[in-house]
Amino acid sequence: MSAASGQAVISKAADPVREMVSRPHSENFIAWSAKRPEVLVLSADLTSSCEVGKWRDTYPDRFITAAMAEQNMLGVAGGLAREGFVPFIHTFAVFIYRRAYDQLAMSVAYPNLKVRLLGFLPGIVTPGGVTHQAIEDVAIMRATPNMTVLETGDATEVESMLDAMEQVDGPVYIRVLRGEVPRLFPANEPMRIGQSRLLNQGDDITVLTAGITTEEALRARHAFDRAGVGVSHVHVSTHKPFGDDIIEQALSNARYGIITMENHTIVGGLGSAVAEYMAERGIGRRLVRLGLRDTYAHGASKAHLMHEYGLDSAALISAVESLIGESLGVSEADLSSARTDAVHSEAKAEAL
Amino acid sequence: MSPTQQNQKGKPAKPRAKSGAAAKSVTTRQQIDAVERIEQIATGVRRRVFEHTLKHNGGYLSQALSASEIFAALYAGGMRLAPCKRPLKPGRFAGVPGTSNNYRSGDRFNGETAPGLDRFLFSPAHYALVLYATLIEVGRLQESALSEFNVDGSTLEMIGAEHSPGVATTTGSLAQALSQACGIALARKMRNEAGRTWVFMSDGEFQEGQTWEALAFAAFHGLSKLRAVVDANGQQCDGAMSSVGHIEPIIERIRSFGCDAVEVNGHDAGALKAALAEKSDKPYVVVARTDPAKGLEVMARRAPLLHYVRFTSDSERQDFEAAYQQMVGAS
Repeated sequence: MSAASGQAVISKAADPVREMVSRPHSENFIAWSAKRPEVLVLSADLTSSCEVGKWRDTYPDRFITAAMAEQNMLGVAGGLAREGFVPFIHTFAVFIYRRAYDQLAMSVAYPNLKVRLLGFLPGIVTPGGVTHQAIEDVAIMRATPNMTVLETGDATEVESMLDAMEQVDGPVYIRVLRGEVPRLFPANEPMRIGQSRLLNQGDDITVLTAGITTEEALRARHAFDRAGVGVSHVHVSTHKPFGDDIIEQALSNARYGIITMENHTIVGGLGSAVAEYMAERGIGRRLVRLGLRDTYAHGASKAHLMHEYGLDSAALISAVESLIGESLGVSEADLSSARTDAVHSEAKAEAL
Repeated sequence: MSPTQQNQKGKPAKPRAKSGAAAKSVTTRQQIDAVERIEQIATGVRRRVFEHTLKHNGGYLSQALSASEIFAALYAGGMRLAPCKRPLKPGRFAGVPGTSNNYRSGDRFNGETAPGLDRFLFSPAHYALVLYATLIEVGRLQESALSEFNVDGSTLEMIGAEHSPGVATTTGSLAQALSQACGIALARKMRNEAGRTWVFMSDGEFQEGQTWEALAFAAFHGLSKLRAVVDANGQQCDGAMSSVGHIEPIIERIRSFGCDAVEVNGHDAGALKAALAEKSDKPYVVVARTDPAKGLEVMARRAPLLHYVRFTSDSERQDFEAAYQQMVGAS
């Protein structure tokens, strides 16, 4: 098996995670909004839960409580955007795309309005169970014309998502991490739309991850090194528009196959985007999609659910073994230690 | 069916407006002219839509019969809109927002916007033909445009989108305009603008939960320059609203949400004019009681299915043709 080669620049990602950032959106958004009077926040009774409680207290005139009425909130956001304001909707992701999809499509997406849809609790990060777990949001938002679809994978991306979104003159949906968030990427390497990060390079297997699965894949990095498997690891933060040079090269160079890991159903999200991208370019490799296998989940800890649904580093090792057709002989001890998030944390408004 | 027979108890209710506006006597020559102008526009709208329905063997005719005076009253001074210098030509479909640089909003037919002027949002988009006919009658849209109605590649779509003449938001999925109007009215309130934001609505939209979310929002945020006019024709796709789902007592319901509501005979130009001119320090809803077969006995015979007219026999078509000739002759 060959060692890494090629010209692409490899980003340094922290492994193990050395820095945890508490509530990365809170202060950052306040500072960012100071000189942007057009920025408004719309909240549907989840203000502290979405880390904008202090923002509300700092800019009370720009904070609009929409109450628990998301359909109306999406329409109000559209109206405000037509008048030149930039509304930032803050609520749990499920309440944006499940509860108010028609309003989202007709009052925001169709007219291509500059509304920012910040979806919290992506996938199975919450013990809140099926009602709070956004597991098909990327699929639905990708299928929505005019919509740009992003996902944050660490504190650096949460801090830099505001600048990244600013250039988009249309609606943006973004999966936002909150509470205690690891810093995987250097603070001076911001999220950029349409630009994925190459975290490791090898010619045997290509792994594409997004959101919380990136940290999980990093845990297996040393095990791959020891086993002599060359793995290219690409972190994706732009689901739509999808594809860039790093992705194209990494997909083309994978000798044994490609693995996607997504905190989402395997239907319509990252795995599907990669499959479409490969098929359109005639990249004939096997593809293993790790994620929720067309199922809803249930309420339990993130670590438990990632294990149960095959989203953790152990699942990645198995997927690699199936592609190369041999056992890597990796034990739990070979994986970097997993972080365990406290269910009750000072960084969260509630135990969700 | 008379418009006054549609209240919840089924007995005739006298149309009324706040402060007895409906009964206010019209005295000055100017006021008489203004009311006559509304009636004149309404007659023209009704005739154009009727003519179109005959020509194309179908159409949203009952909407014109019920709402012609409402549109006329709004465009003949009820709303403060900048004029169009001349009747505008509708462009061809040039792409949807976000994908085409040639995209143009249909709101330009409502004149240039200004802080002190009103805005108009058109909610039940299946009234599009009535709106287009009104824009022609008030000199904002070229008369020839109506021949492009529902023709492939035209912006005068059957159920308009925001590229269609007079249409500022895309609201064929009902009850979405009021929320967008809340956003616009809130933005304008934040900028201390004097202009009002109007929404034309149908009564069926009060079956949607979003309408009530929007009214609650408007009242909570004190959107006193938000105004809605409702064509309460008591009709929906499945038939009479009373057979599909109650919204009555609509006036009391709206008031209980913290908004102002008045009821008016939607075919009485003077009463409509007065109701639209009422001042209010709350979000204000004018519920115009109307008859979906107004002035057309052959239409009333089709009740309760009035939502969309398609002639089922030659004899029915001939009956409508005869009624049309009578209407043209009378006006």
